Amino acid sequence: MIRQTVISVTNLVKKFGSFVANDNLSFEVYEGEIFGFLGANGAGKTTALRILSGLSEPTSGKVTVAGFDAKKEPERIKRNIGYMCQKFSLYEDLTVRENITLYGGIYGMTKKLILERMANLLSRLSFEEFGDRQISSLPLGLKQKLAFSIAIFHEPRIVFLDEPTGGVDPITRRQFWEMIYETADRGITVFVTTHYMDEAEYCDRISIMNEGRIVALDTPEALKKKYNAGSVEEVFIRIARPKMTEKSML
Amino acid sequence: MKEVIRASGIGKKFGETQALKDIFFEVNEGEIFGFIGPDGAGKTTLFRIITTLLNPDEGEMTVLGLNTAGDFRELRKCIGYMPGRFSLYQDLSVEENLNFYATVFGTTVRENYALISDIYSHIEPFRKRLAGKLSGGMKQKLALSCALIHKPKLLVLDEPTTGVDAVSRAEFWEMLKKLRQHDITIVVSTPYMDEAMRCDRVALIQKGQLMLADRPQKIREGFGRKLFAVRAPQKYRLLEALRKYPLTETAYPFGDSVHVTIRNNIFDASLNEHLVRSGIENASITESEAGIEDRFLELMKNRI
Amino acid sequence: MKRFLGFVKKEFLHIFRDFRTLIILFGIPTAQILIFGFVVSTDIKDAGVAFLDLSNDDVTQKISDKICSSGFFRREEDLHSYNDIDLVMKKGKARAVIVFGENFGRSLTGQGKASMIIITDGSEPNTATLITNYATAIVTDFNREYTGSGLSGAVLLQPEVRMFYNPGLKGHYMFVPGVITLIMILICALMTSITITREKEFGTMEVLLVSPLKPMQIILGKVTPYFLLSFINVIMILLLSYFVFDLPVKGSLALLLAESMLYILMSLSLGILISTVSRTMQQAIFISFLGLMLPTILLSGFIFPIENMPKVYDVVASIMPPRYFIVIIKNIMIKGTGFGFVWKETLILTLMTVLFIGLSVRNFKVRLE
Repeated sequence: MIRQTVISVTNLVKKFGSFVANDNLSFEVYEGEIFGFLGANGAGKTTALRILSGLSEPTSGKVTVAGFDAKKEPERIKRNIGYMCQKFSLYEDLTVRENITLYGGIYGMTKKLILERMANLLSRLSFEEFGDRQISSLPLGLKQKLAFSIAIFHEPRIVFLDEPTGGVDPITRRQFWEMIYETADRGITVFVTTHYMDEAEYCDRISIMNEGRIVALDTPEALKKKYNAGSVEEVFIRIARPKMTEKSML
Repeated sequence: MKEVIRASGIGKKFGETQALKDIFFEVNEGEIFGFIGPDGAGKTTLFRIITTLLNPDEGEMTVLGLNTAGDFRELRKCIGYMPGRFSLYQDLSVEENLNFYATVFGTTVRENYALISDIYSHIEPFRKRLAGKLSGGMKQKLALSCALIHKPKLLVLDEPTTGVDAVSRAEFWEMLKKLRQHDITIVVSTPYMDEAMRCDRVALIQKGQLMLADRPQKIREGFGRKLFAVRAPQKYRLLEALRKYPLTETAYPFGDSVHVTIRNNIFDASLNEHLVRSGIENASITESEAGIEDRFLELMKNRI
Repeated sequence: MKRFLGFVKKEFLHIFRDFRTLIILFGIPTAQILIFGFVVSTDIKDAGVAFLDLSNDDVTQKISDKICSSGFFRREEDLHSYNDIDLVMKKGKARAVIVFGENFGRSLTGQGKASMIIITDGSEPNTATLITNYATAIVTDFNREYTGSGLSGAVLLQPEVRMFYNPGLKGHYMFVPGVITLIMILICALMTSITITREKEFGTMEVLLVSPLKPMQIILGKVTPYFLLSFINVIMILLLSYFVFDLPVKGSLALLLAESMLYILMSLSLGILISTVSRTMQQAIFISFLGLMLPTILLSGFIFPIENMPKVYDVVASIMPPRYFIVIIKNIMIKGTGFGFVWKETLILTLMTVLFIGLSVRNFKVRLE
């Protein structure tokens, strides 16, 4: 099976003054893949994510997302990706339908298409009864599912999830991952940044960042084998710990 | 063993919402007792009742032999509390925060330094730095030092590891373990199932109700069925196929595998055949030991 | 006691570490005083005056010369008919027009009285008031000289004052008392309410509540630093007004300071009361600004005289604490009266303070509910 590359990063460097936030990153992400982008806070995940989503320009290196160059065509990238962050970016005082309509409008979808997909989305999530409820009245798990559905509402090629779960109950969490699996199965690439290592176990491949560099990149299984660890968390601690303790000695 | 906390039928309502219902448990002296449950399960409300910040609507909470509703003044001297958001003054330095909490509790840093030295030594090099400028892990250590500075008999930690990186999380649990030698009873809450194994005993809490309280190993053993971990590259198709298998009882994605329970625990070649027929070749099926999370799922499902 | 001092020390650290707090505490009062002081100029110098002299005789010449030689006024123009008055005022050439009636000199010597009119530009009320006062003073002076010269007895000349564009003007020149009143209530109430709600928002209040600190210790610990700083503030404003604007305190300084302390205490307890009913800093700020600053500016008599207000506003104004303090401070600073004249207002403020403290202690919760 030949997999198409949807994100290609070669020698990406991003500097803020003398501080190197991303130090020579190179990796590829394939179509329909669930790619975990891990690292502690401040490791450089957010910086890289901003570049990939066309919000910030790389200092040097080549970044192609959905076939577009991140330096020259950030606007076209934005039209081909979806984005969901921790805070879910839903308007709490609007209803479910209003949020969906608003979002579809932002991406220039026609009214007909919006209504069509909205009906589809609501029935698939068994959300019909919540259509006219304000977001603020929904439980956390439903908000999360809705935010994800909205992020892929315009059928992007890639969806970026910034610290998407955490704090939800185990059943809701599984339902959420099932949605992610289903999305990936449809060919949409899912790019997850997180610092919760147990989330990483669900990804097809993961990269671990530390101090601006990618220090490991493989399937969770292969990494666990390589570091002789029982979990990705242990892998992470083995990689990051010597440096962390060194850092706190400073 | 001496009892440090006894909850008898605690119930609490906020307007229409039943935050806690019929909670019974005991915490013994010197234990690390964990409350595991998702956001909104009622952990914070329960901790606020333990720390005298809220009165229960029903039932009675006894802490260190004192009633939390009546004897709160006496109790407040003996409890160390670390709320969910690290309660530090961002515009005060590390040292000033610690000194402030020491004075408030009528003690000095020097008096109890031995107790916190293990933890505080990590951040002492930064003692002039403002608390707002610390990393998550360092804030967590400072907040813990502040909560310990008056040598409390009971330490109540509300989600101390939320938003903290994996390395700091591991360090934190090691620190808690060391605190046991100072005869401090610790009650801690967390949304992470994997942290349950670090506690002496845990209570699983969901929607304001306590589902189970026991030693972690006992909880795992309580999972009454055989559990199989099935792995294949196309996870979504695997999951769908497993759900269609007539003998499947439950199938949940679990990291890189799918955890499956099968009716009457009858596992035979028919499962593999079914998968192959569904287009999934070379799936690996292994019997697996249930974790706390499997048990949590089982308990949740039985309640629905 | 050690706990309490530790708490106060922490509050001072908060204040001194936050640049914005310091600006609000000391920058704003200074700026307000300077702005009010300089923009609303306090002196009349060379103000343009036009004369409409319908009799043009010896006496009117003498009076107009006296007015113009005072240094306060400058002869801008001589008018010839009533119609010119509006024009010269609108052009802004003259700030005042003085009109002498026909046969001024003759009727003054003959009937012992004559009429003159002082017309000022009421669109600038403060200046208008000043001009009127100065002009009247000069005419009164002339009156005395004239009488003294033995020409005639009794008061002869009665200037008739008219103000164009704002005939009912009653304002007093009183920005210093106004600023003290406004700033103190705003800063004290705003700052204390913010500092308490901030602890709620950052979650530190939870830990303070679970500590052996008593509610009274927390409240006093919050109030003490602001009480001291606000008191310094009052002294600073008084010094500023004395040295920069030459505005001395006419009455007893001790009494003024004592009354200020009472007012500060009242404002602080109001701040605590606000903090007990607000959950977030935003709410506290909102209540302080809308609930205190606007009513203080609009209803305390600071800018708009209470006498001119519709009855309803008057009732609302009467529950505004600044209204009473402004009476007290004006009396002491400007009129130079003693406690005997302000005891009623003092009593009202004291009662309000007691009420606010009582309510806050009752509202301050030892638990989270």
